[in-house]
Amino acid sequence: MTTTVTTDSGPRLPGLIRRLTGDEKHAPSAHSTIDVIQVLYDRVLRVTPDAADDPERDRFLLSKGHGPAAYYAVLAAHGFIPEAWLDDLAGPASRLGHHPDRVLVPGVEIGSGSLGHGLGLAVGTALGLRAQGLLKPRVYVLLGDAELDEGSNHEAIAYAGATALANLTAIVVDNSSATHGWAGGIARRFTVNGWTADTVDGRDHTDLYVALTGHRPGRPHLVVAHVENKG
Amino acid sequence: MTAMRDAFIDTTTALLDDDPRTALVLADISAAQFAPAGTRHPDRVFNVGIREQLMIGVAGGLALTGLRPIVHSYATFLVDRTYEQIKLDLDHQGVGAVLVSIGASYDGSAEGRTHQSPGDVALFDSLGHGWTVRVPGHPDEVAPLLRGAATTDDPVYLRLSEQRNARAYPDADRLRVIRQGGTNAPLVLTVGPMLDPTLAATEGMDVTVAYTHTPRPFDTSGLRALAATEVVLVEPYLSGTSSAVVSRAMAEVPHRLLALGVDQTDLRRYGDPADHARWHGLDADGLRRSISAFLGSARG
Repeated sequence: MTTTVTTDSGPRLPGLIRRLTGDEKHAPSAHSTIDVIQVLYDRVLRVTPDAADDPERDRFLLSKGHGPAAYYAVLAAHGFIPEAWLDDLAGPASRLGHHPDRVLVPGVEIGSGSLGHGLGLAVGTALGLRAQGLLKPRVYVLLGDAELDEGSNHEAIAYAGATALANLTAIVVDNSSATHGWAGGIARRFTVNGWTADTVDGRDHTDLYVALTGHRPGRPHLVVAHVENKG
Repeated sequence: MTAMRDAFIDTTTALLDDDPRTALVLADISAAQFAPAGTRHPDRVFNVGIREQLMIGVAGGLALTGLRPIVHSYATFLVDRTYEQIKLDLDHQGVGAVLVSIGASYDGSAEGRTHQSPGDVALFDSLGHGWTVRVPGHPDEVAPLLRGAATTDDPVYLRLSEQRNARAYPDADRLRVIRQGGTNAPLVLTVGPMLDPTLAATEGMDVTVAYTHTPRPFDTSGLRALAATEVVLVEPYLSGTSSAVVSRAMAEVPHRLLALGVDQTDLRRYGDPADHARWHGLDADGLRRSISAFLGSARG
């Protein structure tokens, strides 16, 4: 049985990310997803390396598979993968590529990279858990605001809302990179379909924690995490 | 007379009752027929609406949790439209599903090109060698193929058609000789519902006619055992789909190959399936003309 693991991987992440990127200049905050992923693995998800295949574990699906350095660093900080793997990103013998492959990386729930696939897989995962009476695990899926351009997301948003898929939380990290923006706001795309939504500062760990654990009964939940505009 | 689609609906309904691992994902097509199953198993029968990308994504997610999804629509919506979802949400995740199509090739002749998918089997070939492709030629072949698929976690495509042979050969997952020709007689390989028109076309010709409902994996050892120097492929989908498989299997055997099937051209014509069979040269007369010309050309 997995248990909630509360740790603080924060102090270790800068060093781990540097091993991946070889970049001395940029702080971890250059990675738009790092705070969300850190708060999830430090404080929210009930999953550990020893229980990475436990049916009762929470699932985290990185739909926005591009730029996974923050994800790999957090997985290493939590012991899912050896730190040494970080030194050979996308090398010929590396298990870590520029987009993660679940078959190659322990703890990675889906292979992603092509945008617009994670939310559908998350809906199916949430349905599959429910069908097997696994009512404790929650499915978290992380997307980007530009990723929402892909129409497949809107198939999933409408269906998850219409069927009140209550064990699903989507997180959209919004760095204002969608080419045509989202007039009226991202959250409305979800709430009009029956989701609950919280919009927070994507760098504020307390606010992120409250939002990531702020799902209400009977409805899928959205967290919009605002970060700086993509430079 | 039971149609393949009815056999699929009956068998899937029974599987949902009997095997708690089974799940069904629909995108409105056949939803009414599965309503009773949905009432009994609301947690395992999903109609996502007209959302085919989501249909495959949901199947991938279900499979990741250990369920066995059966996914169903018209071939063009199930396969052509969702090609990247099949590639990534199933194959790349390392999970399988049972995809069951209707509307094979020109079954939807009166509906036009938008409802036709002669290239579906070729699309699975482009994904690699993981997929088992079943093309039954008779409704009685459907239930055992579907039940077999449901017990595994493998990726399986079951291609149902309204075209059918008079007789079922449920055990023909390997090549089965239906009509034996003389020594060294040319070999005519038929897939699914092409058997009967081919038998009619080759009546009185000295050829061996073999049949299978499972073109992938192709029975290459059976093919080599039956090997002739002249081989004719008759397939109910895009012509030449299995040419590369046959050529590889016979790479070390001097041979000539004629591949017959549905032409790539959008005919922009309606009519019924028999009209399309005739236009594609896949009725008995057309097949006889093509096969006779091919065999005659070698004998000058």
